[in-house]
Amino acid sequence: MKTYFFPALRLTIVLLIVCAVLYPLSIWLLGKMAPGQGKGVQVTAQGRNYYRNIGQSFTEVQYFQGRPSAVNYNAAGSGGSNKGPSNPEYLDIVQGRIDTFLKYNPGVHKNDIPADLVTSSGSGLDPDISVLSAMIQVPRIAAKRNMPESELKQLIQQHTQKPLWGLFGPERINVLELNIALDKLSKS
Amino acid sequence: MNTEILGILATFLIALLLALPLGKYIARVYAGEKTKMDFLFNPLDRLLYRISGIDAKREMNWKQHMMVMLTINLIWVLMSMLILMCQQWLPLNPDHNPNMPADLAFNTSISFVVNCNLQHYSGESGVSYLSQMWLMFLQFVSAATGMAAVVVLFKAFKARSTTQLGNFYTYFVRSCTRILLPLSSILAIIVLFNGTPMTFDGKQEMIGLQGDSVAVSTGPAAAFVGIKHVGTNGGGFFAANSAHPLENPNYGTNMAEMVGQLIIPLAMIFAFGYFIQRRRLSWMIFGVMTIGFLMLAIPNVMQEMNGNPALTAKGLNNTMGAMEGKEVRFGAAASGFWSIVTTVISTGSVNAMHDSTMPLSGMNEMLAMMINAFYGGCGVGLLNFFIFIILAVFISGLMVGRTPEFLGKKIEAREMKIAMIIALLHPLLILAGTALTVTMPALGRATVANPGYHGFSEILYEFTSSAANNGSGFEGLGDNTPWWNIATGVVLLLGRFLPIIGPVAIAGMLAEKKYIPEGNGTLRTDTGTFGMMVFAVIVIITALSFFPTLALGPLAEHFSMP
Repeated sequence: MKTYFFPALRLTIVLLIVCAVLYPLSIWLLGKMAPGQGKGVQVTAQGRNYYRNIGQSFTEVQYFQGRPSAVNYNAAGSGGSNKGPSNPEYLDIVQGRIDTFLKYNPGVHKNDIPADLVTSSGSGLDPDISVLSAMIQVPRIAAKRNMPESELKQLIQQHTQKPLWGLFGPERINVLELNIALDKLSKS
Repeated sequence: MNTEILGILATFLIALLLALPLGKYIARVYAGEKTKMDFLFNPLDRLLYRISGIDAKREMNWKQHMMVMLTINLIWVLMSMLILMCQQWLPLNPDHNPNMPADLAFNTSISFVVNCNLQHYSGESGVSYLSQMWLMFLQFVSAATGMAAVVVLFKAFKARSTTQLGNFYTYFVRSCTRILLPLSSILAIIVLFNGTPMTFDGKQEMIGLQGDSVAVSTGPAAAFVGIKHVGTNGGGFFAANSAHPLENPNYGTNMAEMVGQLIIPLAMIFAFGYFIQRRRLSWMIFGVMTIGFLMLAIPNVMQEMNGNPALTAKGLNNTMGAMEGKEVRFGAAASGFWSIVTTVISTGSVNAMHDSTMPLSGMNEMLAMMINAFYGGCGVGLLNFFIFIILAVFISGLMVGRTPEFLGKKIEAREMKIAMIIALLHPLLILAGTALTVTMPALGRATVANPGYHGFSEILYEFTSSAANNGSGFEGLGDNTPWWNIATGVVLLLGRFLPIIGPVAIAGMLAEKKYIPEGNGTLRTDTGTFGMMVFAVIVIITALSFFPTLALGPLAEHFSMP
């Protein structure tokens, strides 16, 4: 007891100070210099603050839609649907999303709907969609907002984030930033 | 070339290039040789020893090492239960999260002490920030425990013939201060400056662009993300783990987090070679592990990039791959690759939901944990691989009619018995646990989220992940029940400490034996031929143990799909 227990207990307490107090405190202090002061990166539009990396639910037809979410984009929690790839109930849900999308986007062919628009993300808070998923919504939004399609396509191009250093990873578009820019553009 | 493929190639190469010098550094740290950081760490370590009343010069035999390890781990479990069950009354709880019930606290405590981080709670609502900081502490010390244990084995093969294997406390403290702390600080800073929060504020109200009101959970995540990967723990700060956009904000952080979890397990292989001055042996081990890793990773990347055939059959554009449960910023390739990185190494963090990966990808994820020796967790990966080396030495010894020897030490009946018990323990825990659970539908079947074969896979995955101390899950499983909490808690304990004690005991016994210099009659263990032998042993043991169960789950599901 004396040889094993007490040194172990005392070591636990001092290491607790090093690893669970000093280490996080120093990272916390550094966070003051990080983007967003360590509170998450924010974007501001029309007096409101949003988290750039937290996706939002876009259901209104004049906005670019994001991906389906298993937590309804409520960032008090997070998670995916955890549906297995062969689950018949899941396949019906996807079919339903395809049908709804076709209803609101007449003229789009089913073969062109990209997978990310009808599958839910891992976190339920995915802020991004693929370029294809944005492009396919252009005719609908152009009609609703009375804007030329070319202008929207240009907007998408401006907001496409290239792979890291042009080399690694996929292209993507932050839906929130795209929609904020869209609001600005259609006002002017 | 496709930028998604290029991204995963670069990730692996960066990890390997960093692991080589790190391995050399780690070997020097444990050998007590001079390093450039001594001016900082020598005084710090001395202070820690002085306050704890530890004589850092006292030599221990293997049994004393294990006693120290078990004592300190027991202290952590008890402290952890206390903190988690009282978190509501303790400070740093801005969201007023409630106390954990006893069974959940039992599971969570054990799971973090054994480096597994099976999380049956959600980070946003299940723990306070104080508890998160405590769990982060466990991520440091559980990784350091595994590393200290493998150094006992290093030491056993360095000496010619001895019972004195160094001091456990020094290996442990050095792992924390000189290896884990600096590396996790680097990773934490990288994610911090890419947008991961580090704040002690509670949930923030946010009104969306459309006027919906939601709450956003933040917290001291950056520090947590650093050690969760470097220590191969894998427990997420948020429920969605590294799929969460605050925990893993972009492709660059995704690469950094993958490198972070690969780096110590890779470096440990090379550290072994430097430490005992047999670098060829390191390359043999690295070769076998890497071939195994690639054989699991490549099919997963292909499967996930190929997309879900059941959705392709619906006629949509499936060129992005299987995106259910995946994030657009990582894409299918990096998610498929991560799913194997995190399962061969016992990290268990996820950047995509494994439950929604293709059936054969799910099988490979399980196989990676069933083998549990391709790279493996901090320290323990090498201990598991050592068991397979001992088996391979014995079998090849029998085949060529020579006395089985490893690094100049005779392997005899006692060592073989231990090796066999440890090799069979892992399948026993997984298969017995799964079998028991499926016989009780109210406890097992009622908790699965998907019907049919996939539901069975969820149960099998949970026990595999527990026995391998991995911590990832097919998270559809409703695993916060007394049965799951207690059953996996027990499996976690057995699956952690016996596979540490077994190999260390073998190494300790071998260290006491007489050293036989290598001659013409010695079976060389640092050659490609011997590597193939080890690989064959691994494949045969795994296939014999697990093929029937895998046929009932992922294989059956695969063949039922279009």
